[in-house]
Amino acid sequence: MVTATGFQERLAAAGYIAEAGLAAALELLQALGRPLLIEGDAGVGKTEIAKALARVHDTQLIRLQCYEGLDASSAVYEWDYQRQLLAIKIRETGELSSEQTERHIFSEAYLLKRPLLQAITTPEPSVLLIDEIDRADEEFEAYLLEVLSDFQISIPELGTVPAVSRPYVVLTSNATRDLSDALRRRCLYYYLEYPDFDKELRIIRVHLPDIGSQLARQVVSFVQSLRQFDLRKTPGIAETLDWATAILQLDVKDLGDDPEAIKSLLVCVLKTREDRAAVSDVDFQRLLASSG
Amino acid sequence: MSPSAISNKPGEVDLADRLCRRVAGFQAFLRGHGFQAGIPEALDAQKLAQFVDITDRRRLRAGLQSLLCTGYREWNRFDELFDAYWLPPNRSVLRESRVSGNKAEKAADLASRPPKGLLADVRQGGGDAAKVGGDDAAQGGASSAESLKRRDFRLITRDDELEALERLVERLARRMRRRMIRRQRVAAEGRRLHLRRTLRNSLQFGGTPIELSYRRRRRKPPQLVLLLDVSRSMSIYTYMLLRFTGAIVHGFKRADAFVFHTQLVSVTDALKERNSERMRDRLMLLSAGWSGGTRIGDSLKTFNERFAPQLVGRRSVVAIVSDGFDTGDPELLSGEMQRLRSRARRLIWLNPLLGRPGYEPTSSGMAAALPWVDLFAPAHNLESLLALEPELVRL
Repeated sequence: MVTATGFQERLAAAGYIAEAGLAAALELLQALGRPLLIEGDAGVGKTEIAKALARVHDTQLIRLQCYEGLDASSAVYEWDYQRQLLAIKIRETGELSSEQTERHIFSEAYLLKRPLLQAITTPEPSVLLIDEIDRADEEFEAYLLEVLSDFQISIPELGTVPAVSRPYVVLTSNATRDLSDALRRRCLYYYLEYPDFDKELRIIRVHLPDIGSQLARQVVSFVQSLRQFDLRKTPGIAETLDWATAILQLDVKDLGDDPEAIKSLLVCVLKTREDRAAVSDVDFQRLLASSG
Repeated sequence: MSPSAISNKPGEVDLADRLCRRVAGFQAFLRGHGFQAGIPEALDAQKLAQFVDITDRRRLRAGLQSLLCTGYREWNRFDELFDAYWLPPNRSVLRESRVSGNKAEKAADLASRPPKGLLADVRQGGGDAAKVGGDDAAQGGASSAESLKRRDFRLITRDDELEALERLVERLARRMRRRMIRRQRVAAEGRRLHLRRTLRNSLQFGGTPIELSYRRRRRKPPQLVLLLDVSRSMSIYTYMLLRFTGAIVHGFKRADAFVFHTQLVSVTDALKERNSERMRDRLMLLSAGWSGGTRIGDSLKTFNERFAPQLVGRRSVVAIVSDGFDTGDPELLSGEMQRLRSRARRLIWLNPLLGRPGYEPTSSGMAAALPWVDLFAPAHNLESLLALEPELVRL
């Protein structure tokens, strides 16, 4: 049995800093074979979890990005229509009977596997990331539920395709739409918050090893206070990293060294005009002073 | 200490058994607090209890939290409930609440609130209007459906007219719903070939249709959000408008409704209640204890901060139903209207007073809000509501 801290360390080795609760949830995902539904604000690192999980298990990450109007043909499978058509053309003069031709063109060679089918047919368990499930339609959600409980997909022309391996399933949602109770009950749940100071500091250190400890602390402290503002787009971890990367280019050791340049780099963090206006010069000075 | 260490101890069966009971009890406790966890979760929770070192409370907590919560609301309450159940000092309290169950708690909740609320207000308001408008109604004489449609809600006072009107409102909503369903069905058929373009594409391949063209999927209907002013100045209209709102929430797949005067509260779930008695009770509870006055700006601020990020997007039509009499700061109202406008696809303001001859939208609140409004329309009679249908489903 792996202990939670052990798993936490494995995640950290894969470049993902997770709190103990999240590590425990990911372990449960393996132990119980249930999908994990992760909710939280944009930019808190939901998608990264799946990527880290794939690295930990050294396996393939299969990603299904959901959007409004996503249908089975782009999520599960599709027949390679053009090749089928050409195959028929070529065989028109041949002596094969029409049944044989039909069997031939509806064989696996002509099947285009989309993420869901791909995920259950890899020889080793893969990590299946179903991103932003709330954007898909309710009908698709219902279909997904069926796939996730049976782990088999039926294709009318071929028959039922059972799972070769059971993928580790991670779903993310931004809560633009309420998900069905059935799906929620099927899944483990984790609510990912914005990282606290220590966690964000560690993330910065992992991703930007060159950054000085003084500067890293200042950047994190600045962004942490910025999140308390009433902003339309609260900066996420990616924004912090962008900003820190940009500041590194300036070759400063301390945020106070070149306030004007650093202020101009705020575009990495504040991404709407209103947000830019919401943080006045006075606010900026104050944030700078308090994070020093 | 690991589980194997536990099982080596004498009396292991007893311990494992007790643990199972404790975990099962915890689930019952959570269900008593409105959690949904069912039997599959119960089985997995037992598995988890064997699998996790139970002396490591943090891991047990994290695992159970992940397993038994299904949403953010439950997630937020979990820590408190976990402590209440598993930590010794609270156990006596806990037993009590487990025995008496959830009902006692709710009853206490009810008792602490003043019984008078929104709909009581509304009914009363309607009554007042009945006295004032009695003469007008008498002059109106017999009421055919047509004349009812055009009559201002405040002038409809006789019980039979009220009933006829309620029926009309519901019929309107039903018709809108049918139309919506038909549109959705067409969209759900999936991809359809665009035959003409496919044929043209096939010309370059000697008539073999290699490249298929598809018709675009019909776009889904927009999401509707209705914000209904229930302050005293609106009270003669509130009852009818609530009925209308309720019918819309029932009819549309994606519609949400809120009421406000000094605060803002979601009534979507209450309006979806099929039993009209229960619906009235729920609405009453929701708005109980509000003070007088209208603070449209503050209510919109609440909406923008708490609900808009999830509900309002590029496919949303937001309709505010209010007479625009605001006791708050017009500046705030203007700012919040701008925020809402930038988020939503269309912003509609429905004002029942607009149906009265000679009304000018000059009150400070109305003047502050108008620059941000896409459509400013009356909502004083059924005909005006009927005219809204294309506006509500169009983007």
